[in-house]
Amino acid sequence: MTLDWTHFTPWSALAGGLLIGLATALLLLFNGRIAGISGIIGSLLPKPPKGDSAWRLAFAGGLLAAPLLYSLFAALPASQVDAGWGTLVIAGLLVGFGTRLGSGCTSGHGVCGLSRLSPRSLVATLTFMALGFTTVFVTRHLFPGVLA
Amino acid sequence: MNILSAFIVGLVFGLGLIVSGMGNPAKVLGFLDLAGAWDPSLAFVMGGAIAVGLVAFRIGGQRARSFLGHPMQIPTARQLDKRLVIGNALFGIGWGLAGICPGPGFILVGSGIPQGLVFVLAMLAGMLAFQLLPKR
Repeated sequence: MTLDWTHFTPWSALAGGLLIGLATALLLLFNGRIAGISGIIGSLLPKPPKGDSAWRLAFAGGLLAAPLLYSLFAALPASQVDAGWGTLVIAGLLVGFGTRLGSGCTSGHGVCGLSRLSPRSLVATLTFMALGFTTVFVTRHLFPGVLA
Repeated sequence: MNILSAFIVGLVFGLGLIVSGMGNPAKVLGFLDLAGAWDPSLAFVMGGAIAVGLVAFRIGGQRARSFLGHPMQIPTARQLDKRLVIGNALFGIGWGLAGICPGPGFILVGSGIPQGLVFVLAMLAGMLAFQLLPKR
């Protein structure tokens, strides 16, 4: 294994992680809800539940507004999407369907679930991490260029 | 009041995603690429978030109501079933294909990146497809 020292950013990663943890803590302690993004958004479909939708939309609005707020103080960090349009559609469908079937994503299982020491979320996190690693291995090393 | 706090939480969460590097799909794929030049940064994102989360759930788990008076809605499901594993496997494949999970998808949209919009629309379609499936 070789480490990519040029892109290694432990301090900003840790600082960002602490902010994500803070957001998780605030939503739990003030709203009594789990900061699981796929669940917050997915529960709005197929039609928004009465009396339980406004906070979900407000949360999504905050997420969408974050880049604008950030850009008022500093230039947004570079963001590079290598996936082509077809790959993006397939990836989006899998992420949307999979997170609903599996009851969570990186935030709901990975951050909240592990924080409350849930065995179910540990299994979920190990599963999506393992498949994430495997998928990148297959598309970059086993069949390079398969996504091009 | 809970609408304002949810908006602020969304903002803070989003800023965390941007600062951490999770908003950059190329960096996420660099983390998932163990066999290439591996960038372990995102392990620090999880570490930082969980460190705060452990304290929050320790406090929250002892309360019946939130600071704003809402009931604490903490998941109670415990079963380790096929649905959990298959769902998270599909999610992991999608995550590994594009390097985007749900939160960062919204950050890309908010940053005006067209690929983010395509991903999020497909993700919403995938969520909708699941909801419309007959439930057993």
